[in-house]
Amino acid sequence: MSVRSTTREATGAQVRVSTLSNIGYRLQRLPLHIVIAVFVAIWIIPTLGLIINSFRSLQDMNAAGWWTVLFPPHGFTLASYEQVLQTENVATSIVNSILITLPATVIQLAIATMGAYAFAWMKFPGKDIFFIVIVGLMVVPIQMTLIPVLQFFQLIHLNGTIMAVWLAHSGYGLPFEVFLLRNYLGGLPREIFESAEVDGAGHAVRFLRIAVPMTIPAIASLTIFVFLGVWNDLLVALTYLGTSTARPFTVVISQLVTSLGGGWQFLTAAAVLQMALPLAVFIFLQRYFVRGITSGSVKG
Amino acid sequence: MDQIIGLDQIITALVAIVGVPLVLFGYIILGEQVIERLPDSMQEWIRPYFWALPAIGFATIFMVYPLVRTVILSFRNNGDTTWVGLDNYQYFFTFPDTLTSLRNSLLWLVFYTFFAVFLGLVIAILLDRVRYESLAKVAIFLPVPISAVAASIIWRFMFDYQPPGTIQTGTLNALLGTFHTGPVAWLVNSTTNNPALIFVGIWSITGFCMVIISASLKAISTEVLEAARIDGANEFQIVRLVVTPLLWPTITVVGTTMIINALKIFDIPYVMTSGAYDTDVIATQMFRQLATSHYARAAAVGVVLFIAIVPLLVVNIRRFQQQEEQR
Repeated sequence: MSVRSTTREATGAQVRVSTLSNIGYRLQRLPLHIVIAVFVAIWIIPTLGLIINSFRSLQDMNAAGWWTVLFPPHGFTLASYEQVLQTENVATSIVNSILITLPATVIQLAIATMGAYAFAWMKFPGKDIFFIVIVGLMVVPIQMTLIPVLQFFQLIHLNGTIMAVWLAHSGYGLPFEVFLLRNYLGGLPREIFESAEVDGAGHAVRFLRIAVPMTIPAIASLTIFVFLGVWNDLLVALTYLGTSTARPFTVVISQLVTSLGGGWQFLTAAAVLQMALPLAVFIFLQRYFVRGITSGSVKG
Repeated sequence: MDQIIGLDQIITALVAIVGVPLVLFGYIILGEQVIERLPDSMQEWIRPYFWALPAIGFATIFMVYPLVRTVILSFRNNGDTTWVGLDNYQYFFTFPDTLTSLRNSLLWLVFYTFFAVFLGLVIAILLDRVRYESLAKVAIFLPVPISAVAASIIWRFMFDYQPPGTIQTGTLNALLGTFHTGPVAWLVNSTTNNPALIFVGIWSITGFCMVIISASLKAISTEVLEAARIDGANEFQIVRLVVTPLLWPTITVVGTTMIINALKIFDIPYVMTSGAYDTDVIATQMFRQLATSHYARAAAVGVVLFIAIVPLLVVNIRRFQQQEEQR
């Protein structure tokens, strides 16, 4: 990327022969910077405003907008955080979110990797049809599955339990994961698998010792996605958990928004707590994050 | 803490995190042990199904079977005892509330898709021309990892409305105040609320479109652009006549993803307005039917949503088959 930007600059270099034309060049580019600044502002200010508001008292929030803290007295306080954590169900639901997200992620990725291996390195009748069905399922709205799955959970008495959402999330996530991992696994060099086979390694060894270790980069990107997808999910948890004590943070927040009506300002703190993990993941694992998005969509 | 976290819950979660890979590990090792003892011809036949079974099983139980079941249920009465023909669909296409949700989903489909892709493209092209590109990208991408629930709270504050004459603490109405225009009840007013919600959706997803489009933008060779410049094309002509056509395959991929997103959108209307003031979309409408135990009607709404997505499903499969031929 840096190489490319220098070549781009080189084209500009023809223009800036003297200092005078250099200034002209910069002036010419001023609108470009202004437009970008406006975009950046629109995309950052709302989140910034929320974070600032979450550290203000309820009275301050009602008396003036968040931008007033830019001038003294700032009046920062953790009152909203204290209040939100003391609100019924909130603390429990944060723990629930973790208890839902981690197992759901592990379950679906483990099953998907195994299935993807079969689709990438084995021949069997009906394979192409099965895989086309999987490609098709990637876009099927989960709304189409909610009622029968809900009735299925009611039948086996899993409705309202944490296990129901693990299973449901795993089912919904699998098509995309199998698809992506199969493409990745299928791209590994054939020679490695063949020489392992010649050496007498069975499929179990080839999968666990060769395929899985070599697929770690893809699995890592996918893990981030699946994890955040489940952490941020509302619809699945709302449908299968509803008002159960096992419901996650997103569901509790959405229920508080509708039930509180006017006094919902302290939910700023709840929103900040909910998005802290995704933002931290994004900021610290940016490379994996962006790679996951581009590999998933462009090649897919 | 209002309630002690059940220790049993934590134990179940730990068992699942450690147990599931262990069980699958055992499944693979033991299964392979058994399969390897079978005659060769049988091995060939049984092994792939053994490996793909968990994935195919999950997909069948949670997607294929429910899909078929929902289609059937949409032609049944609510108790699932008799066939009612097209009654549930007739309800959907005649009841004013559901028609509003259909209209709104169309609005989402058109405006959300168009602006998400268009802004993603514009921002990707603009940022390609400045040195602080990666930093600005982080800013535009920031809303992507944020959940729709949190984004809805963020924007409820942006759109916050107080009666005229009182202090406006919502960012947008305060901004309007500086231009001496009255406050707008963004989320209540039926001309502004749908655009407002759609804008929140666009704001959340533009970074996603930008990142993908930007990745293929970087893949365009500089020589092509140089040649165009030498031929005397200005920057706008280059973008319109050279860059955009080269990016077109990526734009269609991103576009189809956005169409699917638009049709499925649920969280933003659900959290921001709960579908009040005519902001319902198909997915929130369906959830309302489901939450009030109108299962058959909900199924019909789901089928309508699915039918809207079928063309994209076909496009996706075609694209997949083309890619397979190139492998």
